[in-house]
Amino acid sequence: MTDATKYDVVIVGGGLMGASAAFFLATRYKFSVALVERGRIGAQASGVNFGNVRRQGRPFIQLPLAHHARDIWGRLPALIGEDCEFLPTGHLKIAFDEDSLAALEAYNAEARHWGLSLTLVGVNRLRADYPFLGPGAVGASFSPEDGHANPRLAAPAFGRAARRAGAHVLEQCEVIGATRQSDGFIIETADGRILRAPILINSAGAWSNRFAASFGESVPMEARGPQMGVTESLPYFVQPVLGTGDSSFYMRQVKRGSVVFGGGVHVAVDLADPRPRPRPAHLLTQLRSLVRFLPSMAGVQVVRTWSGVEGYLPDKLPALGWSAKTPGLLHAFGFSGHGFQLGPGVGSVLADLAATGDTSVPIEPFSIERFADNEPAKTSPVAPSSGSAR
Amino acid sequence: MSSSRVVIIGAGPAGTRAAETLVAAGLKPVVVDEAPRSGGQIYRRQPPGFGRSLKKLYGFEAGKAARLHDAFDRLQDKVDYRPGTMVWGTEGHNLHLADRDGRQDVIGFDALILATGAVDRIVPFEGWTMPGVYTLGGAQIALKYQACLIGRNVALVGSGPLLYLVAYQYRRAGGNLAGIFDTTPLSRELAGLPRMAANPANTAKGLYYFAWLAAHGVPMLHDVSPLRAEGEGRVARLVLRDRAGRERTFACDAIATGYHVQSETQLADLLGCDFAFDARAGQWLPRQDEMGRSSVDGVYLAGDGASVRGADTAEATGALAALACLQDQGMPFDAAVRNQALQAMRRGSAFAAALRDAFPFPEHLYENIADTTLLCRCEEVSVGTFRATLRDKGAGEVNRAKAFCRVGMGRCQGRMCGASAARIAAQTLGVELAAVGRLRGQAPVKPLPTALQTEAGE
Ligand SMILES: Cc1cc2nc3c(=O)[nH]c(=O)nc-3n(C[C@H](O)[C@H](O)[C@H](O)COP(=O)(O)OP(=O)(O)OC[C@H]3O[C@@H](n4cnc5c(N)ncnc54)[C@H](O)[C@@H]3O)c2cc1C
Ligand SMILES: Cc1cc2nc3c(=O)[nH]c(=O)nc-3n(C[C@H](O)[C@H](O)[C@H](O)COP(=O)(O)OP(=O)(O)OC[C@H]3O[C@@H](n4cnc5c(N)ncnc54)[C@H](O)[C@@H]3O)c2cc1C
Repeated sequence: MTDATKYDVVIVGGGLMGASAAFFLATRYKFSVALVERGRIGAQASGVNFGNVRRQGRPFIQLPLAHHARDIWGRLPALIGEDCEFLPTGHLKIAFDEDSLAALEAYNAEARHWGLSLTLVGVNRLRADYPFLGPGAVGASFSPEDGHANPRLAAPAFGRAARRAGAHVLEQCEVIGATRQSDGFIIETADGRILRAPILINSAGAWSNRFAASFGESVPMEARGPQMGVTESLPYFVQPVLGTGDSSFYMRQVKRGSVVFGGGVHVAVDLADPRPRPRPAHLLTQLRSLVRFLPSMAGVQVVRTWSGVEGYLPDKLPALGWSAKTPGLLHAFGFSGHGFQLGPGVGSVLADLAATGDTSVPIEPFSIERFADNEPAKTSPVAPSSGSAR
Repeated sequence: MSSSRVVIIGAGPAGTRAAETLVAAGLKPVVVDEAPRSGGQIYRRQPPGFGRSLKKLYGFEAGKAARLHDAFDRLQDKVDYRPGTMVWGTEGHNLHLADRDGRQDVIGFDALILATGAVDRIVPFEGWTMPGVYTLGGAQIALKYQACLIGRNVALVGSGPLLYLVAYQYRRAGGNLAGIFDTTPLSRELAGLPRMAANPANTAKGLYYFAWLAAHGVPMLHDVSPLRAEGEGRVARLVLRDRAGRERTFACDAIATGYHVQSETQLADLLGCDFAFDARAGQWLPRQDEMGRSSVDGVYLAGDGASVRGADTAEATGALAALACLQDQGMPFDAAVRNQALQAMRRGSAFAAALRDAFPFPEHLYENIADTTLLCRCEEVSVGTFRATLRDKGAGEVNRAKAFCRVGMGRCQGRMCGASAARIAAQTLGVELAAVGRLRGQAPVKPLPTALQTEAGE
């Protein structure tokens, strides 16, 4: 049994980051991996998010990673045996005033230097191609290769594929401590297991700061819960994901017919409770946006609301890459409301880093070192905040 | 303490008696009910302008119905009554309300009595979503509320006292019955009789319906398994397996089906009440003490929404919840009244338990449901897809299975399919029913129209 507790890599946290890292380590490098998840694979942020697989609007320095991820999204059936309902329907960012239109135009001009080609849609074309849009839109930017996927399926599918490839996927198994000894990490779980590995991946989502802090690298991360809602099934009529320029509102229609929406509002999060409650008042705010966006949605019924726990860093960039202090420690957290699209790319990069020490995807801007002189981390303030989920 | 605001959700037997008790103590509770008139499920009132007699509508229960309606009407200016208003969400001590026109309101409470009643419970069979198939409750509502029959030759399938009651009501209203097809063996029902003596009047009524239906030549089969509804675009036949194992076909133009009813517990869930699995009810129910106190301070449970025990007990538990609320607020109350209500509640609970045992939920039917049968009507998920999700995707409980294959994600949010999904999950995984958990409640508790008008001024 002593061998069984030794791995090449131990991954703490089975969200999309951890699950896809396990998959790529086991398949690409035949590494022995333990993926340790407190609850179920992909049941936290990765399983409850909006499902946007969107590149446009991301900070440019994130685009190389996002492209890497997008390539994987397009190959899911070959890689993991299922498409996770990924549909490259395109993503339409809509401006409702001249300032936002100018911002979309400026983004468009620069994005092409980062390998993302977007189409500006003038107001007449917009009306012609998207007759269901409400009045007030002055223009839009279309990203034809972006789309959406089913978040409830993606991370669990990576987890199952990792398991098939030989990874040990430990569910309902909480990591309660990790320390570094001369010969590697010792990881302790709540059910009394001890795992050892020379490499440790910290991908515990909004809960990652606890592990970062235990290695002297706490970051000023805040946990918040974007709020989502979904309508009853309607005839399929909106293909692309729609959103405002500032992501204050966004929506998509799944093929079965329901319209998922979010944006504009977050709920307060207590890290001790993995299931934050949506606020009824927030739903009313979002419904006003929904009907303004798509007037034909008036009278349609909303059947469910939910939220999830996400970690936000002040510059809205993740902490991704090698620890600046502890050899063998990799961080991957703080995706600040837009980690779903990046997920498979992050897993792939983590696998490369763990197995070869390096990656071809530029991730320097995400180094945790940028928080080196951070004061001790704060816990989530409870004030409701407005901001974007993605 | 007169400034404290007590809200009652539900104006059925439980809500009415709770309101009456609070008013008698000098309070002015808010009573919210999504129905346009008081009365609740069993004593549902017709829309104004319909003039059928109480006797016609409620049969033996006409006297009770009249008393309950009068009791509520007498409270009219002593309660803040909000008919036609649904409570769809909660946050702390605030309730979010929407009326039929989409008007929104938020009201706060110091104490809250949940008297939200029950809904039908069904077991899917091939063809159950075909036009012409109704729930027993739906068939009864059509009759009570709209004075119409669901068909001219109706087959009734299921188990529980409601089966015979609805049959009786339909036959009395002039409908022809293709038959009553009970999944419970007759011997089991008869064996339950002695324990039902806890409520001789109800038992006598049940026997009377039974005898009356038999005397009127209504075909009655026991110990059957419904197999499928057949027809061309609309139900025309019911096919079942009889107790001898033969497949038999009965012509009919409508089917009503149901197996007892289940408590509506979504609001208790949103409010954070602790739940426990009730093996006899086969359902997770909010924990409560004898007076109806939930695990959350200031939240009380009454009526069939707390535990299905029928209308008389709902009246008793409505009064008890109100008394508990008065007691917790330090207000005086009549101990004799409480003791009487407690006794009624205990008698009613014993009777309800005997009924459950005499008309058990037909767990065995699930083993034979074909994979092609639809489980979740809203999201169109078959039993086979659900079973495969449990087996192949490692979904170990119902919320996980829901996440993977959408069972319970649609308009009804699992009200229709949740009980069946849990049983199929338990069978497929080979575990106890309690081990597969329960679908988490999520606001809105029922579909909420998007075309919301907000409070005045906004
Ligand atoms: C409501 C919502 C909407 C969003 N919408 C979008 C979107 O449309 N597009 C987009 O790109 N991004 C979106 N995001 C962000 C995206 O979901 C996240 O950035 C991403 O899923 C993060 O993945 P993760 O694996 O880092 O975290 P998680 O999925 O949270 O996974 C972390 C895992 O670590 C586990 N864990 C924690 N502590 C321990 C421990 N001690 N031991 C073992 N396991 C532990 C947790 O249980 C959890 O499963 C949204 C987020 C939310 C909440
Ligand atoms: C379909 C059906 C038919 C039945 N028929 C019979 C019968 O014929 N004979 C019999 O003895 N028993 C019958 N029962 C059982 C019967 O319902 C009860 O015994 C009795 O009505 C219970 O009283 P109650 O006050 O607990 O709930 P109910 O009488 O059901 O009253 C609950 C009230 O709460 C309201 N409500 C629920 N949720 C909300 C919300 N979110 N917001 C606002 N209002 C809400 C409802 O509109 C309803 O008026 C039936 C049950 C069902 C479900």
